[in-house]
Amino acid sequence: MTDVREGRVLPVTDLSLVVLVGASGSGKSTFARRHFKPTEIISSDFCRGLVSDDENDQSATKDAFDVLHYIAGKRLAAGRRTVVDATSVQSDARRQLVELARRYDVLPIAIVLDVPEEVCAERNAARTDRADMPRRVIQRHTRELRRSLRHLEREGFRKVHVLRGVEDVETATVVTEKRFNDLTHLTGPFDIIGDIHGCSAELESLLGKLGYTDGVHPEGRTAVFVGDLVDRGPDSPGVLRRVMAMVKSGNALCVPGNHENKYGRYLKGRKVQHTHGLAETIEQMAGESEEFAAEVRQFIDGLVSHYVLDGGRLVVCHAGLPERYHGRTSGRVRSHALYGDTTGETDEFGLPVRYPWAEEYRGRAAVVYGHTPVPEATWLNNTICLDTGAVFGGKLTALRWPERELVDVPAERVWYEPARPLRSEAPGGQDGRPLDLADVRGRRVVETRHQGRISIREENAAAALEVMSRFAVDPRLLPYLPPTMAPTATSNVEGYLEHPAEAFAQYAADGVARVVCEEKHMGSRAVALVCRDAETARKRFGVDGPTGSLYTRTGRPFLDDDALTEEILGRVRTAIGEAGLWDQLETDWLLLDAELMPWSLKASGLLRSQYAAVGAASGAVLPGALAALEGAAARGVDVTGLLSRTRERSADAAAFTEAYRRYCWTTDGLDGVRLAPFQILAVQGRSLAGLPHDEQLALLDRLVEHDGSGLLQTTRRLYVDTADPQSVRAGVDWWLEMTGRGGEGMVVKPVGALVRDNQGRLVQPGIKCRGREYLRIIYGPEYTRPENLARLRSRFLNHKRSLAIREYALGLEALDRLAGGEPLWRVHEAVFGVLALESEPVDPRL
Amino acid sequence: MFLTITTTGTPEHPATELGFLLHKHPEKAQAFSTSYGTAHVLYPEADDRRCTAALLLEVDAVALVRRGKGKGRGGAPDAALASYVNDRPYAASSLLAVALSGVFSSAMKGVCNARPELPAVPRPLRIEVPALPARGGPALVRRLFEPLGWTVTAEPVPLDTAFPQWGDSRYVRLELESADRTLAEALRHLYVLLPVLDDAKHYWVASDEVDKLLRAGEGWLPGHPEQKLITSRYLSRRWSLTRQATERLELVRLAEADDSEVEEIDNAVEAETETEERPTPLAVQRREAITAALKSSGAARVLDLGCGQGQLVQALLKDPAFTEIVGLDVSMRALTIASRRLKLDRMGERQAARVKLLQGSLAYTDNRLKGYDAAVLSEVIEHLDLPRLPALEYAVFGAARPRTVLVTTPNVEYNVRWESLPAGHVRHGDHRFEWTRAEFRAWAQAVAERHGYGAEFVPVGPDDPEVGPPTQMAVFTLTTPKEAKAA
Repeated sequence: MTDVREGRVLPVTDLSLVVLVGASGSGKSTFARRHFKPTEIISSDFCRGLVSDDENDQSATKDAFDVLHYIAGKRLAAGRRTVVDATSVQSDARRQLVELARRYDVLPIAIVLDVPEEVCAERNAARTDRADMPRRVIQRHTRELRRSLRHLEREGFRKVHVLRGVEDVETATVVTEKRFNDLTHLTGPFDIIGDIHGCSAELESLLGKLGYTDGVHPEGRTAVFVGDLVDRGPDSPGVLRRVMAMVKSGNALCVPGNHENKYGRYLKGRKVQHTHGLAETIEQMAGESEEFAAEVRQFIDGLVSHYVLDGGRLVVCHAGLPERYHGRTSGRVRSHALYGDTTGETDEFGLPVRYPWAEEYRGRAAVVYGHTPVPEATWLNNTICLDTGAVFGGKLTALRWPERELVDVPAERVWYEPARPLRSEAPGGQDGRPLDLADVRGRRVVETRHQGRISIREENAAAALEVMSRFAVDPRLLPYLPPTMAPTATSNVEGYLEHPAEAFAQYAADGVARVVCEEKHMGSRAVALVCRDAETARKRFGVDGPTGSLYTRTGRPFLDDDALTEEILGRVRTAIGEAGLWDQLETDWLLLDAELMPWSLKASGLLRSQYAAVGAASGAVLPGALAALEGAAARGVDVTGLLSRTRERSADAAAFTEAYRRYCWTTDGLDGVRLAPFQILAVQGRSLAGLPHDEQLALLDRLVEHDGSGLLQTTRRLYVDTADPQSVRAGVDWWLEMTGRGGEGMVVKPVGALVRDNQGRLVQPGIKCRGREYLRIIYGPEYTRPENLARLRSRFLNHKRSLAIREYALGLEALDRLAGGEPLWRVHEAVFGVLALESEPVDPRL
Repeated sequence: MFLTITTTGTPEHPATELGFLLHKHPEKAQAFSTSYGTAHVLYPEADDRRCTAALLLEVDAVALVRRGKGKGRGGAPDAALASYVNDRPYAASSLLAVALSGVFSSAMKGVCNARPELPAVPRPLRIEVPALPARGGPALVRRLFEPLGWTVTAEPVPLDTAFPQWGDSRYVRLELESADRTLAEALRHLYVLLPVLDDAKHYWVASDEVDKLLRAGEGWLPGHPEQKLITSRYLSRRWSLTRQATERLELVRLAEADDSEVEEIDNAVEAETETEERPTPLAVQRREAITAALKSSGAARVLDLGCGQGQLVQALLKDPAFTEIVGLDVSMRALTIASRRLKLDRMGERQAARVKLLQGSLAYTDNRLKGYDAAVLSEVIEHLDLPRLPALEYAVFGAARPRTVLVTTPNVEYNVRWESLPAGHVRHGDHRFEWTRAEFRAWAQAVAERHGYGAEFVPVGPDDPEVGPPTQMAVFTLTTPKEAKAA
């Protein structure tokens, strides 16, 4: 045999279940090794060995095939081609494999190795482990194989390659074919057009509006039709002519709708009912030439049920498609793509009730489809239905991809009376439809663009579920939760546990040259979602009533009183308007990270039960104890050491009481309430988490300036160059001065906001340096005593730092998903992750 | 923490005899180390007429926290100890009680080797505890000490004089006076009653605690009118009960993150208090009404959504007509208690196969809840903020869609009939709303209409002609398999 001789070429689809059929000794394993990756091949012998330690133990066959089917199933579910290396000469064995392929919606392909019985016997004899295989076994295999050959296609194999004789087997080559639906290499840009139903005039005006001239776009865009070109409307032939020409010239793609499908069957002479507007098409086509009708028939026949486009980011089909069907090939995939799924019930109009697959959709690819007329095209879980009922007097809608812009033209008239009124099927974002528990429950891994995969443990998810369900604001108004923040490394400066020198040093080590020190406000963290008006809140966030939200670090409403919340939102809204930020940021809503003061507004329970209680107890007990000691001392009893210690204690306790009192003042309504915004997190279409802090603060200063109500408060700041000792000194002095007057401390942040170190790792977005007096509230009244400080210095920051980075990445992810208009469950997943991580065990004093 | 004991003298019994009784010399300051710091005994005044002994415990706060950390037995039962900001260095608690019994052990036993006759002599005593944490306030302090013959002065300590609106702290400045008392008795009263009033202990209560109580309470506890309260509080911190405290650590952290107290969010399981009404007949009536409604609906597979501590699940298990019972709650603590109540780990296989407890939330749709005959939401909806009720409605009636749904909720009109309920108050701190009969019916009928159910209403408990029953129940029955929802 020479290289020159060309053998058979066997096309094998890239995602398929390849079944090798041949007697023992026919060379299946050799063939498989030659043409497929080792990991693609599962052999029954190998599986026999797995379960019985003996590859030839026939008594293990049943278990071996269970294992084989299991592995094959896992591979197919993951979208990997699989080659089954077993004799498969019996129809029953093949039936199970065909079922397996169907279960995972891949093509079953048979490759038959029909090798003479003597050759098989000879080869087996040469193998020590098979030398004693009786000849009759091979005879039986061959007999069964011969019997099978005629039936393979009827058994369900979509491709059957039969190699006859040794030479055929040895010279054959396998070529991998892409699936017809795999157009991932096409990146568009696309204009995806909804159900037309013979509305030729509307189609022409839409194409014009989209920029097409005679079916060609000057920028080389591609139109994609979601099907249902025909029936009901006034000019189905005109629509077909236009679409077919565009497809033929490469300016368009088209997937079939159920109406084309039915018309195609009609054209092939099948018996179909002339209902749902088919009669109109037949009548209109009567005036067309035979030739055109033949072209139409061929066109419809060649349509592929759905397309996967743009690197897998976009799936287009007629009636929608769950993720497990994307890029798959089976009867039921085609049927879902054409008709969608139904619940088996019928509604009050006698029409089948559609199964709301889009509500459950969690896939990464956007699914663009039609089929179900809706009044408005809206995104739901990364899917969008473009059938806006043109033929029923609605409009014809297109989606620009990747721009995600909707373009539509109104119907010229009602061309066909709908059987039921147009309405939104999916109870989407607007009527309180909840998220699904499967999005948040149990151990989870969240994919983030800035920090890769972040895992959430089950017990933390359980705690977060409780808080999220029982206490948090509506998830639609909870698009973000702030991350925890690590404190500065422990200082060794005498009398101090935290000192800014450490923070500057840490950023210098991370390669961050410029940092901003921002005053830490003496209040509670608050996130504010402020919409321009109730209409924006309704349209963008799907809530009726509130114009935004104001919530705490764990997502709870900051204030119990909704009216007061609205008043705060109103004041911020006015300031945003006055400052011109709506226009400058091109947005109708703003998400703000802020501090709300006083602390006593929210933490009054804790203040009273813990902080004030300690103050009260110490105040009640220490004067008496001092008096007793002084009495004893006056009598000449030696209590010197104890007396001076108790005096210090008394001073420490007084300092503690002073410390917490600074965070308390009385408020009445909004009188006395202050809000200090320190970051604009996101606006329409954009996360601002990466906006440098100097620019952030400039925006926020303008906001505060334009607040006439006295609610908003500015954040004092100082910029420090971490490499310049003089600048660092100034930063330290600033902190000393501020905390010396009782300030809470400051947060040091890289000016660049979202920064990576020289090894590419995310840098802490902020490091807090808390004031010496403030820390009494954290570490107790007497923490400054040298013996206490010495012990408290052994604190472990690594876990807190890692937690801070993980929560930060999840927060960034939530903002990116929010800004990208991703479905609520995707935003909620990241937000829920932050809350869950907050319940991880870490020293709460850090 | 600090207390003083003062006595006055007579010619026969000079006041300084207190030194003999306490076994501590009045002219010296003595120090004793205890596990959480140093106890000092000193006498601010000591002459024949009047003698005062002071016990001052210097608590090492940092050591207290570091020891108190961690899960399980390594940690402390009292959550407050895990915080550096806690009142233990100042307030008279079990730490002081333990110091008292350690430093004055012979006095407490009534033993005095030098003057064996002294302990039995009653004398005037005055005890001052300037910061006594007292759950139950001055009133309970009086109820505990007055029956023992003490003249009690108990003044509440204000929380913060700078913020008078905050009111009083839980501390009481206590003075006890008696003309004729033995010191041993007085010390034993304090030893038992200080931690009882504080209602917390810094150590895990072991089985010998009962013996300790019996010894210290000898002669006075058996006849005490508050004996039950004293005993139950004294022995309250048993391991098996307090283990729950460690099971809610994750929630503790979420509360801390928000500067709030854990009780604020971990309130799914009602704390057992003396004032709480024992399982009311109403709860029993509710379960009977629910069971009857379920039976008449013919349901076999039942969801108890918001099952809490599993009382209903337990009741349903007794009826073999219910072949599968699923209890769902969002609170892990409630589920743990339910699991213990049902003894799930010891249940026979066949029984255990009938029951399942799941953590879940009705704020989300949940595929696990599909395909059941009936769902019960007993006293659940009122624990949700009103704006989040539509989510529950969709999860139950739109997504899970059992054939029968039972919803019970308090009838707020009936609240005027509860004698113990102050006017305008809801029945439970976590109730976000309570509805009148008209409000409940309006909601239920709207829900029924939106989702293709019929609704009927059943009173639970005595149906008052004026204000109706204490509990109202709606029985929803699926009428159309799946009515398309109006936009």
